Amino acid sequence: MPCLRFRKQSADVYDSGDRGQPERAWEDLLDGGRRWRLWSTLGWHDIRKRYRRSVLGPFWLTLSMAVMVASLGLIYGTLFRLDLENYLPFLAIGLATWTFIASFLNEGCTSFIDLEPLIKNVRIPMSLHILRVLWRNLIIYAHNIVIFAGVAVVFGIWPGIGGILLAFAGLGLLLVNASWIMLLCGMICTRFRDVPPIVASVIQLLFFVTPVMWKPELLGDRRYLMVLNPFYHLIEAIRAPLLGQLPHWENWAFGLLFAVAGWALTFAVFARFRKRIAYWL
Amino acid sequence: MAAIHLDDVSVDFVLYQGSARSLKKTLLRSSTSGVLKHDAHHRVTVKALSNFSLTLEHGDRVGLIGGNGAGKTTLLRVLAGVYEPTAGRIRVEGRVTPLFDLGLGLDMDASGYDNIRMRAAYFGIDADEVERKMDDIAAFTELGDYLNLPVRTYSAGMTLRLAFAAATSVDPEILLMDEWLAVSDTKFLEKAQRRAEGFVNRSSIMVVASHVEEVLKRLCNKVLWLERGSVQRFGPVEEVLAAYHAHVAAAGSVGGGS
Repeated sequence: MPCLRFRKQSADVYDSGDRGQPERAWEDLLDGGRRWRLWSTLGWHDIRKRYRRSVLGPFWLTLSMAVMVASLGLIYGTLFRLDLENYLPFLAIGLATWTFIASFLNEGCTSFIDLEPLIKNVRIPMSLHILRVLWRNLIIYAHNIVIFAGVAVVFGIWPGIGGILLAFAGLGLLLVNASWIMLLCGMICTRFRDVPPIVASVIQLLFFVTPVMWKPELLGDRRYLMVLNPFYHLIEAIRAPLLGQLPHWENWAFGLLFAVAGWALTFAVFARFRKRIAYWL
Repeated sequence: MAAIHLDDVSVDFVLYQGSARSLKKTLLRSSTSGVLKHDAHHRVTVKALSNFSLTLEHGDRVGLIGGNGAGKTTLLRVLAGVYEPTAGRIRVEGRVTPLFDLGLGLDMDASGYDNIRMRAAYFGIDADEVERKMDDIAAFTELGDYLNLPVRTYSAGMTLRLAFAAATSVDPEILLMDEWLAVSDTKFLEKAQRRAEGFVNRSSIMVVASHVEEVLKRLCNKVLWLERGSVQRFGPVEEVLAAYHAHVAAAGSVGGGS
């Protein structure tokens, strides 16, 4: 019975003083997750809106990604002296995953700013806006990873059920990290409007220092340059199992560490500044 | 039963953009009546609401009046839960329907039906409830098969009808409106007014900011006069309006109200 009463209360009563800010921040995150029907609808809606009246729709992205993988694969495969059978699958996963990372970083920064009319008009959990943006980028990622499936069929690569499950676990790890990064960047960028361009240039830099185009082995003795890059671990946790290898234990260890530390920091910031977000807009 | 309690609520905005000094000058030159001051970090802050206490109960139909920058919009947004107060406490019991922007979430490329569904989703109305009411909403818009077409093919009047129908489709417990919905089409106007008044009557508490006294007199049973973010006067419509007029006239004769 008490449980029932609490649920009814949380639906229809809004009291700014009945609990502390950390509880309120936690509730915001839970509410955001609970209203998955809204954010998934809105995320789909964003995609449909972007590609309405185009024949191929989001498959335009698939097509442009295919062209990119093919041309970069030929050139860099030749430069690095790698055979295509080995390099193309590697590149297809890496590029698709990197595109996902770059877009959630970019759009995470501007999510609150872009959704200002909504935030200023209706009380909706802040986390819901983040989930909406994450979801629409995940849908685009799904369209891009199709290239890898094509490449895999051509070269007869089959990661096995275990490999696919492990890759999905890796995707989960990436999403847990993506959500805190987007929430944190969203808050910072709403408060400090000159941060989004900085993030955009950092993303460009990250693309070159992360093994997306080049193979991690090429670093040789200077592997440490890569080990400190969390995006290497997150990509590797998805890429390695799909290519039929086990990810290094370091990939998961660093990925988990990044997730725990990141969420701890983000939650502290979110608890402190959640209610200021609407004021900053 | 719906209820709203505001206890000593304050809302402070910190002004970040531009140089604080010149912004301060700009703001002081304009007729903004919010209170500017410096906080501990030497930032310019605007006190949009200061030590504001208010209790509204079932049956209250409140009109908000006051000059520009008196805090009407801020108060509505605090009631909607958009701005959580910087100090003090607000407690709202009941489902809140904020109607600040008639075109909120209106997507020109989606069909009329999809827009109605989307709008309801923003307010946390579940899909079944919307589908149950869809016929009623569709009938009100008089758009017929147009509802299957993207909103971009609608005329301005049709878009308005759609937005209005979608916005007033939910049963509000607490209804918040910024400015009375300005509707132009005369034939539609009557119908809209009937629907809007029905909509208002179904609500338990209504708060509307409006400059149109006719609207206040017809819809409200109380008027709240805001000045510089605090309650200047709160009471029966005629009484508060009379006091407000006296104040405006006096300020006018002294010169410019400053």
